[in-house]
Amino acid sequence: MRSIWRTLDRGPLRDIALVCLAVGVIGVSYGAVSVTAGFAWWFPVLMGALVLAASSEFLFVGIIAAGGSPIAALLAGLLVNARHLPFGLAVPDVLGRGWRRMLGTHLMNDETVVFAIAQDGLPRKRAAYWACGLGILVCWPAGAALGALLGSVVEDTGTLGLDAMFPAVIVALILPALKERALRRTALAGCALALAAVAFLPAGLPVLVALAALPLFVILSARQDGSNPSDPSDPSGPADPADPAESCDSAEGAVR
Amino acid sequence: MSDAVPVVPALAAMLALAGGTFLLRLSGPALRARVTFPQRAEKLLEVSAVVLLAALAATSALAEGADFAGVARPAGVAVGGVLAWRKAPFLVVVLAAAGTAALLRLAGVP
Repeated sequence: MRSIWRTLDRGPLRDIALVCLAVGVIGVSYGAVSVTAGFAWWFPVLMGALVLAASSEFLFVGIIAAGGSPIAALLAGLLVNARHLPFGLAVPDVLGRGWRRMLGTHLMNDETVVFAIAQDGLPRKRAAYWACGLGILVCWPAGAALGALLGSVVEDTGTLGLDAMFPAVIVALILPALKERALRRTALAGCALALAAVAFLPAGLPVLVALAALPLFVILSARQDGSNPSDPSDPSGPADPADPAESCDSAEGAVR
Repeated sequence: MSDAVPVVPALAAMLALAGGTFLLRLSGPALRARVTFPQRAEKLLEVSAVVLLAALAATSALAEGADFAGVARPAGVAVGGVLAWRKAPFLVVVLAAAGTAALLRLAGVP
């Protein structure tokens, strides 16, 4: 992959390095969370290398840690990773040929796809995709190993604030999508449903309950299409006082 | 929370997740040439992923099991969220969230 260094400018390479570093830091939190939840140290590392999709792994670990069944964790993880299908539709040409294609397929994730789309021309797209993908393939499991070590040494990882990292990462990842009004309201309604369910549903299920808000998106987007077909995302709309925002303060602070 | 997780079912589910995720990654390029994807289905898939992730962020920020997680964690998440909204670099967002929670706890806030 020596051609990566010749093909990419310093700007994209620096950005890619920063993102890989950030992924490593998140990996530390992921590893620490996993071992404090009761997983063996190698589990988050192995899952990091084999699944290589951060949010689904956090979800998986979180559901099992909260007492949910492995089946529920598997289904939720697959659902979150279903976005890789449209990713593959978007960047089919960067994956390489032959045996490389298998590894290239494995490297598909939010970051690699975003970097590939941002570059002009297939050689640059391919170089950015592979540089970012290989960097993440190293940094994510390595971070998880470091975090697992840290988590088993430090008695309470909460003192380091590692537990606040993960929700913040998710918020940062979904922020761009939340600019769309119908989607934002659906997500806030889902948050409210999940939080209401936390008190009395068996652990692990509240997150899945949020999907009950999906019909709201269908209704909202249909109404929006009817009233304002030229601007489906309408960012200038007035804030709805009925938004269940107070029960979802992290997302609310971020989207307003 | 710190009971050991049964290894075999968790490992089996993890391997299934790895295999299923690879197939999802593989099917995009494979389908590309043959099928035109219904746009609504694609959109709903994307929306459900965002809704799931938002709910995950909200519950993991605010709840610990069936109880309230305290003030420090959601405060850290809120700081990270505002920074992300202000387009701060990813690393800054992550470290600020952890730092805020850690400092609040150092000051005695639960």
